[in-house]
Amino acid sequence: MSALTATAEERRDTSVRPAYRVTGRRVLSSEWAKLWSLRSTWITLGLGLLFLVAFGLISASRYESGINSGHMDRDFADATAVSLSLFGTNFAQLALGVLGVLVTAGEYSTGMIRSTFAAVPRRLPVLWSKAAVFGLVALAVGTLGGFVAFLIGSGIVSGTPAAMSLSHAGVLRSLLGAGLYLGLVGVIGTALGALLRSVAGGISVLVAALMLIPGLISLLPSSWQDDISPYLPSNAGEAMFALTHDSTTLSPGAGLLVFLCWTSLALGGAAYRLVRSDV
Amino acid sequence: MIDARQLTKRYGEKTAVDGLDFVVKPGTVTGFLGPNGAGKSTTMRMIVGLDAPTSGSVNVNGHHYARHQAPLQEVGALLEAKSIHPGRSAYNHLRALALTHGIPGRRVDQVIDLAGLGSVAKRRAGAFSLGMGQRLGIAAALLGDPQTVMLDEPVNGLDPEGVLWIRNLLKGLADEGRTVFVSSHLMSEMALVADHLIIVGRGRLLADTTVADLIREAGGDTVKVVTQDPARLRDVLSGPGVDITGRISSEELQVTGLTAREIGLKAAEHNIALFELSARTVSLEEAFMDLTRDAVEYHGSTTATETLGRPA
Repeated sequence: MSALTATAEERRDTSVRPAYRVTGRRVLSSEWAKLWSLRSTWITLGLGLLFLVAFGLISASRYESGINSGHMDRDFADATAVSLSLFGTNFAQLALGVLGVLVTAGEYSTGMIRSTFAAVPRRLPVLWSKAAVFGLVALAVGTLGGFVAFLIGSGIVSGTPAAMSLSHAGVLRSLLGAGLYLGLVGVIGTALGALLRSVAGGISVLVAALMLIPGLISLLPSSWQDDISPYLPSNAGEAMFALTHDSTTLSPGAGLLVFLCWTSLALGGAAYRLVRSDV
Repeated sequence: MIDARQLTKRYGEKTAVDGLDFVVKPGTVTGFLGPNGAGKSTTMRMIVGLDAPTSGSVNVNGHHYARHQAPLQEVGALLEAKSIHPGRSAYNHLRALALTHGIPGRRVDQVIDLAGLGSVAKRRAGAFSLGMGQRLGIAAALLGDPQTVMLDEPVNGLDPEGVLWIRNLLKGLADEGRTVFVSSHLMSEMALVADHLIIVGRGRLLADTTVADLIREAGGDTVKVVTQDPARLRDVLSGPGVDITGRISSEELQVTGLTAREIGLKAAEHNIALFELSARTVSLEEAFMDLTRDAVEYHGSTTATETLGRPA
């Protein structure tokens, strides 16, 4: 009954006026246009890429000069071309995560969100679109940066014990894993921004989750640490792109699964608040 | 067409909108009037689904706003002035909104021209003056060529030319048969554009009336008389439908129900000397003040400690 009347009305509406209509694809294209029409996007993505490549190359050079001078840093003892060139991931994740927070929380702090939700009052398509658009962009930047850092970095450390080529077992998986990790960090950033609706709050929670909590966990009794530590977002994420794994870390697949759970948790919380509370 | 039924919004203890019932009809400009904090903005946010009513409902063109396939085509709203990202250009802001509905690019150019933003469309919106920001908000409201146009305090920050532009725009939109709903806390501004008035105070409906009726109901036909013998004049004038007030030992009387002409003739008939006889027309502003006196939330003299969670 209600379906019948609804279609009758649709037909009448479209016959009288131009057939505008909100669709998922259109919301996606709107979010895509929004992302690239802000200067902060270009700057922050540029920074992310720079961090990824520059810090990878710096650590590779440090390693190479350490080997040659025979004075080896202990941190570098079991370094590989992959671990050296992905050293910048720590810093790139900050840039990409912060930009993710800005994508959503920035709309709340500026008031843009009222325009956005007046155009798409169902709201959820906006969240999915923002997460998808920015997640894919962060994935692309992360993957590109990882590969560039490795290709140059592996050239620098060639002829040292850390030398590796792209065809070496696990290298490709590590590089792709790093890109995926950064993409998901971007999604978590957008989710935290939408959940907390505050740029400062979103960035704080992001930094706490990725960088501070692992440090705090070390204060716990060691038997607890072994149970909890691998499942923390940062450690599970690192397992996605680490070349070697031991008993204290998750496998790449398990790491991805756990990290996806964290991402879903953040997105779910954001979706809940988006639907439930006023703008 | 906007149809509010027992629309209510509470923020904790505070009731911002309290059981509002009203209908805004197409083809006229309807003014939404009330002192600051009366619940106007909250009501408008509920109309476009940004705030959910605590109880009651509000429909736009027959459906809840969020249920429409193309919401921007149903209602174009200017809410608070700055509903934009300051880092984005006016053009990119409008284009991003247009993309959600599949509204073509030439419509974006059209509303930019319509709002007189042609020369600044590529500049960052954050650098806009208050007036330019309002124009951008109005351009966004008109983007979907909506049936219903809803503007919250549109003349805020506009220069005289901009104010005139808004007035003509609103009248033009109403003449095209659209529903035009405009809020203001300035009666004088509303009197110039609105045909119909919905007046609220403290979230309650105070009047749903026309401009002419409001003046009449506010006692626009009072006549001021100053006479040598107020006591005798009272006796002479009193009768059914006539109301006379005046302070004891004052020569001045306020008479309603009789015209100045009738009072003058009766006084002459009874040989009562008059010093002054003038019909006092109540301005809309006074009528509005009378109506909302008890409902004004923030009197100038009181130190208001209660604050609303959101700008009203």
